[in-house]
Amino acid sequence: MTSLPTLAVWKFASCDGCQLTLLDCEDELLPLAGQVQIAHFLEASSTVLPGPYDVSLVEGSITTPGDLDRIQQVRAQSKVLVTIGACATAGGIQALRNFGDVEEFRSVVYASPEYIDTLATSTPISAHVPVDFELRGCPIDKRQLLEVISAFLVGRKPDVPDTSVCTECKRRGLTCVMVADGTPCLGPVTHAGCGALCPAVGRGCYGCFGPMTGANLPAMVGQLHACGMQPAAVQRVFATFNVAAPGFADPEAGR
Amino acid sequence: MTNGDRNLHVSSLARVEGEGALRVVVEDGQVQRAELQIYEPPRFFEAFLRGRQHTEVTDITSRICGICPVAYQTSAWNAVEDACGVVVDEGIAQLRRLLYCGEWISSHALHIYLLHVPDFMGYPDAIAMAKDHTALVELGLRLKKAGNAILELVGGRAIHPVNTRIGGFHRAPTAAELAPLAEQLRRAMDDAVATAAFVAAFDFPDVELGHHLLAAHHPDRYAIETGEIHTSNGLAFGADGFPTHVVERHVAHSTALHAALDGELYLTGPLARYSLNSAQLSPLAKQMATDSGLGPDCRNPFRSIVVRAVETVYALDEALRIIGDYQRPERPSVDVPARAGTGHGVSEAPRGLLYHRYELDSEGLIRAATIVPPTSQNQAAIEADLRALVSGSLELDDAALTAMCERTIRNYDPCISCASHFLELTVERR
Repeated sequence: MTSLPTLAVWKFASCDGCQLTLLDCEDELLPLAGQVQIAHFLEASSTVLPGPYDVSLVEGSITTPGDLDRIQQVRAQSKVLVTIGACATAGGIQALRNFGDVEEFRSVVYASPEYIDTLATSTPISAHVPVDFELRGCPIDKRQLLEVISAFLVGRKPDVPDTSVCTECKRRGLTCVMVADGTPCLGPVTHAGCGALCPAVGRGCYGCFGPMTGANLPAMVGQLHACGMQPAAVQRVFATFNVAAPGFADPEAGR
Repeated sequence: MTNGDRNLHVSSLARVEGEGALRVVVEDGQVQRAELQIYEPPRFFEAFLRGRQHTEVTDITSRICGICPVAYQTSAWNAVEDACGVVVDEGIAQLRRLLYCGEWISSHALHIYLLHVPDFMGYPDAIAMAKDHTALVELGLRLKKAGNAILELVGGRAIHPVNTRIGGFHRAPTAAELAPLAEQLRRAMDDAVATAAFVAAFDFPDVELGHHLLAAHHPDRYAIETGEIHTSNGLAFGADGFPTHVVERHVAHSTALHAALDGELYLTGPLARYSLNSAQLSPLAKQMATDSGLGPDCRNPFRSIVVRAVETVYALDEALRIIGDYQRPERPSVDVPARAGTGHGVSEAPRGLLYHRYELDSEGLIRAATIVPPTSQNQAAIEADLRALVSGSLELDDAALTAMCERTIRNYDPCISCASHFLELTVERR
């Protein structure tokens, strides 16, 4: 057991789904555990080894004063820091608070809001510390997760294409739901990675992997209107899991 | 030592879903506090669901929990369809039950093998356990994968399924697509039966819970995706009765709100389901329960692992029955036109009853949302157990006592990610 590279998994505000993706690698988990020392992964193990860690996977967004400090400590102990999922990469759905009144939110949900210690915003990890790689998705895709871990363990760049969902849809030979059926679809502006899951079931993409680089949002919004979506519905469809991602800032909503 | 002051603290609980801490304070040999502290940050789902379209709700509530997204989708569509006065076709209802069976199999296998069995076998985690018991961990992962295979085929994705919608599905699978899945499930059944036999052989402390038990009940089948609410003290009411009977109240010496059933402590989850509904299990699941030493009810939280194993056998049996009877529905979904109203919905998440309530306006926009997850319902019972356990085990040293407390918490498979969005927090400032 000499000097296997160490892997740590950290959780901030999130649903646990992205770190669960690692445990969902049923065929790869035990072989992976032979290649790395899982040094900190609270959901899976009582063993906590001290840092530094070769690769840290960070799930969740920063929403509390305590987590502002904790992310600094995680960064200081990590040679490579990879964010996994929409919360860590863009602030997640809880970033809807950034556009609302968090005091009012607090009083709606909790009977004694004074006990709730929270920040007014939900922010991505990159707003606080340097991030070496951001893996997209709500949740992330397990093949992409394995690719990223494998790449960083051998010191190469992950092969994670920065194209749109449309490219994956075409590669699968699926019929375009927007062209053929007039179904509103965010595929043209959404980051690839899921494998075009929604068009495969006849549904329009709803953007859970967040914006691709250089997304043409005005053209997309026009196309959604042409498909019959009302302006309020267009605003809402961008205001979900990646609401705080700059690439999904809706010009009509003024965000 | 037994009369001294003691302070046990586990700042980060391992092998539970989400972020929680344990705090036990003993003064003069009396347990003063036994707290399962939740420090998972709040995410305010009930607040930002307001103003969303009724058709958007299930994609959003799914994100409350990555471990049981189908539960959060199901209770939501039950409530929204109730508000809109829509009942889905029977074929769609069966497909939804099949999807939920997938989540039960996957979640139960995760908890049994990756979170819970290491406690019984004396390992810090399943990966360390796999070094000595490779075949055992491989079996557990294979079982979990079978559940995920259902979620992927029927739901389009294992975590946060995309093929589901208010009213049904975007696309119903063909019978030909389900046939290879049935093959995988038949092999998984061997693994599930082996699991039940394996976990039944563990040594269990002799503990009997006195709390009331609460679970969904369906007249025709072991309740999973919907049902009335039944309790061990003889209450029976619809989902709309939940807010009347279950009230969150302040508890002396605690800032936490605890759910109570007509003012009394209660428990939801596998023990409650099994104790209230075991007569409705399939013949094979009943046989496994009998062979595993379970009677018609089970009130020992340490044996919850046996109940989960029996429920896994049942979920596989049910999944195979649904696939065997499957005829592709004529339409994958029914229309759910908006109307003003209030709807209530429940379903049995792997960890227990999950209640949703929505108020819609005439456009179908959400005016108010209430979500009560199982872990916040169970927190009071978990803490009562901790208090009783510590009081009876003060002769143990701190390390042994702490380990026993952690194990007690894991018996309930608490899902803190879900609970924290609704629980009153005891904030631990670190």
